[in-house]
Amino acid sequence: MAEPAQIEKVITDSLISFGANAEDVNRDAELTALDIDSLDLAELSQIIEEQFGVELTSADVAEIHTVGDAIDIVVERA
Amino acid sequence: MVEVVVTGIGAVTPLGIGASTLYERWAAGVCGIEDGEGRCREFTATEHLSVKDARRADRFTQFALVASIEALASAGWDEGLPYEATRIGSIVGTGIGGIGTIEANDLALFEGGPKHVSPLAVPLMMGNAAAAAVSMRHGLKGPCFGTVSACSSGADAIGMAIRAIRYGDAVAVVTGGAEAALTPLSRAAFGALDALSTSGVSRPFDARRDGFVMGEGAGVLVLENGDAARARGARILAVASGYGATADAHHVTAPAPSGEGAAAAIARSLEDAGAQPSDVVYVNAHGTSTPLNDRAETVALKTALGQHAAKVPISSTKSAIGHLLGAAGAVEAIATILALRAKLIPPTLGWAERDGDLDLDYVPDRARALELGDGQRPLAISNSFGFGGHNAVLCLEAR
Repeated sequence: MAEPAQIEKVITDSLISFGANAEDVNRDAELTALDIDSLDLAELSQIIEEQFGVELTSADVAEIHTVGDAIDIVVERA
Repeated sequence: MVEVVVTGIGAVTPLGIGASTLYERWAAGVCGIEDGEGRCREFTATEHLSVKDARRADRFTQFALVASIEALASAGWDEGLPYEATRIGSIVGTGIGGIGTIEANDLALFEGGPKHVSPLAVPLMMGNAAAAAVSMRHGLKGPCFGTVSACSSGADAIGMAIRAIRYGDAVAVVTGGAEAALTPLSRAAFGALDALSTSGVSRPFDARRDGFVMGEGAGVLVLENGDAARARGARILAVASGYGATADAHHVTAPAPSGEGAAAAIARSLEDAGAQPSDVVYVNAHGTSTPLNDRAETVALKTALGQHAAKVPISSTKSAIGHLLGAAGAVEAIATILALRAKLIPPTLGWAERDGDLDLDYVPDRARALELGDGQRPLAISNSFGFGGHNAVLCLEAR
């Protein structure tokens, strides 16, 4: 069972590795404002599944608009 | 006929970053080959591109992007596009495409299964990735595609760009070639063909040559409709005055020993430029350092240029950077233009021993001043030939 803090760290680190500015990445940040697009979310989904065993469908991903949305859906299902 | 001019150039090569770095170091006799490979050791993608742009691009596309940024700046386009975006094309060749991406993802598939293959694999590996990335980076909305003809891909891209502008499909085209194939599979595959130099020395046309030395990099040129370029007051570096392409229809890896396909491409390129063999003041040879190419190319030059072949200086950029495969034709076109403009022909590095009837003037030892007679045009040809029997020749004139 993954800790929420660990999930948040993995997601935050992933977004930064995709090119988002570290200082802009917080729970309320809109993914579009971070220049995170559908390809980044496909990569993030793959990382989440590998690390936490949570499989996100394209319908799930379509509901993710903020960094917090991504963290919450994984915390809920992990 | 519409004149097509070169207004911008950019390059990433084993000799360093930048078109002038390539030319000046080669002319000074510097060789960018180390440990039997021409690696772009001075290149770090994130020094030129954002993290996002860099990781969205295979190394071959990174090279093309960085070369394109330099080329557009050199054309004076860095403040904005001079023409409507739909009238500017992006045509960039590659021999192989993102082979490093293919190998990394194949390993991930083998070790971890399908779910370990990256969603970025396809956009990075595809052969049109460099053309697409250049289009997106600069907002070019005209004709956009890659050319694939092995080691003549870069020259064929430029040829297609010339045609697109002459035909009116585009007012300008950002064009060239890119390759990044210094990978384990690529080395093993070319090695298995016995095409690579075992000595690790690239010495085109020399009796001791024993295969090509693989290199990597990109060359990008901005081509424009001559009237449009002059109307905007552009600095014109050269005229891309001719392009000739043929196929040997002989063998998948060996050139036709008669050189007839290559000779026909040279002749067609000169005809396209409205030039005679005697107008050629410099030949930038394909000159791979393989036993077969350099012999067939010498025969082809004698056929196409006749008695003039013995008088014209011939040098191979591959002596300084190795063989950049699909980038070679574009990088060498840039080197040719700069040599004509400087009136200084860089040498075929390492040439010292004549090989029988390979008896042309290969400009050994050091750069040589280019003497032009009265009224003589500074006109050169740049040869590119590729596995599959492709022959592509560009005719370039300095301005």
